[in-house]
Amino acid sequence: MAKLKLPVPPVPPQLKPLPKRPGKVYGPQTPIEHAGEAAATAVGWIDERTSLSGGARWMMFRKVPKGTNWFYTLGSATMFSFLSQAVTGVFLAMYYVPSSTRAYESIRTINNDVFLGEFVHGMHKWGSSMMVILIFLHMGRTFFFGAYKYPRELNWVIGVALLILTMTMSFTGYLLPFDQRSYWASIVGVNINGTGPLVGPYLSDFLRAGPNFGATTLSRFYAIHMLLVPGAIAALMGFHLFLVARLGTTAPPWVRAKSSEQLREEKVSS
Amino acid sequence: MADRTPPKSKYTADRNIPGAFEGETVTRRRFMTGSAHTVGAVAAGAFALPALGFALGPVFEEKRQPWQAVGAETEFAGDTYVPRTITIDATVGDSGKSTVYLRKYNSAVDSEPRDDYNNYIAISTACMHLGCPVHFVTSAQRFICPCHGGVYDFVGKVTGGPPVRPLDRFYTRVEGGQVFVGPRFSVNSELKRFSPRDPGEPLDGVGQFLYPSRPTMRKLPNT
Repeated sequence: MAKLKLPVPPVPPQLKPLPKRPGKVYGPQTPIEHAGEAAATAVGWIDERTSLSGGARWMMFRKVPKGTNWFYTLGSATMFSFLSQAVTGVFLAMYYVPSSTRAYESIRTINNDVFLGEFVHGMHKWGSSMMVILIFLHMGRTFFFGAYKYPRELNWVIGVALLILTMTMSFTGYLLPFDQRSYWASIVGVNINGTGPLVGPYLSDFLRAGPNFGATTLSRFYAIHMLLVPGAIAALMGFHLFLVARLGTTAPPWVRAKSSEQLREEKVSS
Repeated sequence: MADRTPPKSKYTADRNIPGAFEGETVTRRRFMTGSAHTVGAVAAGAFALPALGFALGPVFEEKRQPWQAVGAETEFAGDTYVPRTITIDATVGDSGKSTVYLRKYNSAVDSEPRDDYNNYIAISTACMHLGCPVHFVTSAQRFICPCHGGVYDFVGKVTGGPPVRPLDRFYTRVEGGQVFVGPRFSVNSELKRFSPRDPGEPLDGVGQFLYPSRPTMRKLPNT
């Protein structure tokens, strides 16, 4: 007997079964399975609206030349030491008082009373030296590997600007504990600035906010230290990284490209 | 130069720009772009210039150093220095105070002409190398700086180390038996008075022109 095929009533779209997904046969079914997909769903939601994943892939999954070695991590190390300074600095700012009569006491409170205060302060203090050391090692790597040459000159220039800004951070941050050492070191530093002919005296006055170390000198150093320069460093670091991704990294000088026999000059001309 | 393009007409209508009016020299698109940029520049200037002035203002702010009593005339002799504390900036507590060394004018060692302001000599303790605090060592009759080894003789002239000019001085005057210390001034190696400068700024030769003093802080007139 031939099978009778009954007509199927049209199903409303809400009741139609979901299309198959790769991986699981029917896609997430139980609430637990849905929860497991939550991160992918959230990332997908953002990516659908921003197309950021292409940029992230462009940044993270680059081709690197043969011979890339540990010296190439010095730039990232500098960046992470900056991030460490930024994070510890933000939390130090929650307890620090930039007033010439109370700064020293607030640092004492951080070191003696605040939970983990001495540790975070120490991270910020020693981390600053670490950042300066790393930035010079990174600069030396760039110099000795010849990575400053065309087309990367602009990145060298930005790097020098970042070095100067880091020095500014070291200089302005040194005053903030406001003990004898930082006070006199800052006086010496400001007077070194003043020895520049013609503009030097005005630069000193700008740094001190007047002819002497006064009430606003400390808050001025504080504002430069935690608002002005970090913003500039973050922006320039972003551009620095963009250029690294854009131009790629160089091979170490001891790695020679293998040239094709057919492309040798004497072979081509003959 | 045959390939040079012929000069374009000033009028947009001659240049066949769509929608151009007769006699119009600037296209509306260009005018619109220019105006938008100008408005943007005005808006940016409106917040940037006041902020810049706010930060630079203290450079041009006038600061008067008041006369401060430091003791009776009998407390100071001509052959040694007596330290006294004066207030440079009253708003910052202890860090606004400074030490000055005082003694009587002594014609055996002082060569500069006498006037109303140097019956008593007040020497600043800011080292003229980079501003560290010097102290007077009685046994050596010298001012010694602890930071980088600057040495000054009894009248404050440099005898060794990196300082670029003699120690700064303060005007002094006597009123009712009390010695008062007033504004600071700088001296060159002949102890001639100059408007106050910062440490590290030489005053001999062209130094006084290379390192201008603050326009709002001058030495007393006719001194």
